[in-house]
Amino acid sequence: MSSSGRKQFQRFVLAACLIIFTMPTFAHKSSDSYLRIDVDQAYITGSWDIALRDLDFALALDADGDGALTWGEIRDARPRIFDYALSHLRLLTGAVSCPIKSDDLLIDQHSDGAYAVLRFNAQCSVAVDTLGIDYQLLFELDAQHRGLLRLTANGNSQSAVFGPDSRTQKLSLGTATAWSGFASYVQLGMQHIAAGFDHLLFLFALLLPAVLRRVDNTWHSVDRLSPALVDVAKVVTAFTLAHSLTLALAVFGWVQLPSVLVEAAIAVSIIVAALNNVWPIFAEKRWTLAFAFGLMHGFGFSGALTDLGLAREQLASALLGFNLGVEIAQLAFVVLVVPTVFALRRRVPYVRTVLAPGSALIALLGTMWLLERTLDISVLR
Amino acid sequence: MTTLRARLAKQPIDATAAAALARLYLQRARTESDPRYLGYTQAVLAPWSKVARPPIEIQLLRATAAQSLHDFDASLHDLDIILQRQPQHAQARLTRATVHQARGDLRAARADCEQLVHVTRAVIAESCIATVDALNGAVARSYARVATLRAQLTNQEQERELVPWLEGLLAEFSARAGTNDALAEQHFRAALAATPDDAYLLAAFADFLLDHARANDVVALLQNKTRADGLLLRYALAKQYLHATDTPQLVKTLTLRFAEARARGTALHVREEAMFTLKLLGDPLHALELAQDNWQAQREPADARILLEAALAAHQSQGAIDAVHWIEQTRIEDPILRALAAHMKVATI
Repeated sequence: MSSSGRKQFQRFVLAACLIIFTMPTFAHKSSDSYLRIDVDQAYITGSWDIALRDLDFALALDADGDGALTWGEIRDARPRIFDYALSHLRLLTGAVSCPIKSDDLLIDQHSDGAYAVLRFNAQCSVAVDTLGIDYQLLFELDAQHRGLLRLTANGNSQSAVFGPDSRTQKLSLGTATAWSGFASYVQLGMQHIAAGFDHLLFLFALLLPAVLRRVDNTWHSVDRLSPALVDVAKVVTAFTLAHSLTLALAVFGWVQLPSVLVEAAIAVSIIVAALNNVWPIFAEKRWTLAFAFGLMHGFGFSGALTDLGLAREQLASALLGFNLGVEIAQLAFVVLVVPTVFALRRRVPYVRTVLAPGSALIALLGTMWLLERTLDISVLR
Repeated sequence: MTTLRARLAKQPIDATAAAALARLYLQRARTESDPRYLGYTQAVLAPWSKVARPPIEIQLLRATAAQSLHDFDASLHDLDIILQRQPQHAQARLTRATVHQARGDLRAARADCEQLVHVTRAVIAESCIATVDALNGAVARSYARVATLRAQLTNQEQERELVPWLEGLLAEFSARAGTNDALAEQHFRAALAATPDDAYLLAAFADFLLDHARANDVVALLQNKTRADGLLLRYALAKQYLHATDTPQLVKTLTLRFAEARARGTALHVREEAMFTLKLLGDPLHALELAQDNWQAQREPADARILLEAALAAHQSQGAIDAVHWIEQTRIEDPILRALAAHMKVATI
């Protein structure tokens, strides 16, 4: 269809005033549109064949009223055609719309005459696992209109029919896409950690003293890597358990906290973790800090996921993927930080040049975030 | 039409304007046999779609649109309510008689026709009764009755509108009786002279001509009238009979049109699809399935005929047992149907 559409298009460009649609020549049938949608992860391309006769009925395209449509008339009406059609179609992942952008306008022939072929594309926020389609074209003018959908994703095709009583439908893209959908949540989780600097900063503050031991109220550097790793493992495990727990509670909607409170608590957690390095209270028991504040960080993570407005049946796999992404990003950070601080612990006066100034800086950042988040002012801008 | 559309765009719940526009659309749907106008009709009536008792005029138009879309249940539902509200409503009564007849419920159809005697002109009521009786073993008497009514028509405009209807009935009755083919043709031509584009009449006349091996006449009749699926089908059947070189192209076009109708989930012309599948695709088993589906929805002589033909071709005589019973019950005098039913009995024994 597409190549013949293009050929048609070229021909009509050559003869802009050629009549491409006159009323009484073609077969009589009820009104159908043919909507083809191809999904590639989060990116959607579409091609929508709408009968010129229907567009004319809706938009009065026949400007000179001579009962025939010319390519010139259609070309002039291009913005109106796209506005009209695309305002009657919504593509969604969960409850979030994927904004649709218009592309080429072509002409093709069907058994009942000429059709406008509207090419478009849409970008979703995450890879599409279940595509929601809200189809509203022409129903208010023609109760027998039907939208015939052909949806392709990962080499699998499926079809659906939209009618006045079935205007919105959700189409699951099948197992292959379920996996890529899952992968996209993993990616989202990693992105969230990388972009949300505050979570890493909290972890960083807790990791800085991992290469030290607290004996008689003074810091001593450890001799071997293993005690440091044990300490890191305790902190990371406690943090992971805690934030996974509250992330799940929040995503399933069982516990909800005001986001202002959560954001402020996360800032406080950074300050406390940093100050604890300078005036240790939980020196060898920093994992308890990690656990207690980890609960707050979990609520913080959940926002990224609940904002997507996922369907109930998608929640479990989305949560799992997202959480996995968070842990991968977190682990990568740990792998980067721990060997570095281990190498530095005896090369430089660690407490004076790394731990104390680093912690002070972190505490300062945490304080600014706290002010920003509680007073709703912008300190860092 | 444009004015009415503009008025409704501003105020969609204007029953007078909606009814006027719906009536115009329905008229177009009929004269051009173009189903798009049925969708437009329903859309205009949509503000009342959830209302059980809208203005009677609106409800009647809704019933008529449903009837045209072969949604007989919805049509009857509305017509029943109208006649409860207003038993004297002649148009609703006549439409209900037509729906009953299309569904093969001849007793209910005749009851409605009899009621018409009290509420409308004699010519309407009597031709209604004659139509039912012509299916019930009284085709000769029905013909005589309608011929008299036809002769009594004056040349007034209101009366002239009845000419194609009565001539169409006379054509059908004489074609069914099968005794005077020249007379049948004369009536078909008289009816078509008044309404040259009536798809129902054209299809009936084409069937008559095909039954009499007059494929050339069918080609001449339908040459420029193949936009409706039903007429394109008859045209293709004639071309096949003539071994015309463009037959495969026509079969391809029809295949596409029926596939498109299937894809949208509303198969309006199942009878035609069964005829096409049997006679042009040569697939009697599938044709039988389609004919059986169609028989559940509508039961006119042509529906019985395709069911019998498909069952015979598929060597599944049990598949058309309902049609055989129907023919016996109605005592219909159509010789082609009777011959098919007799074949079927031989096959069953």
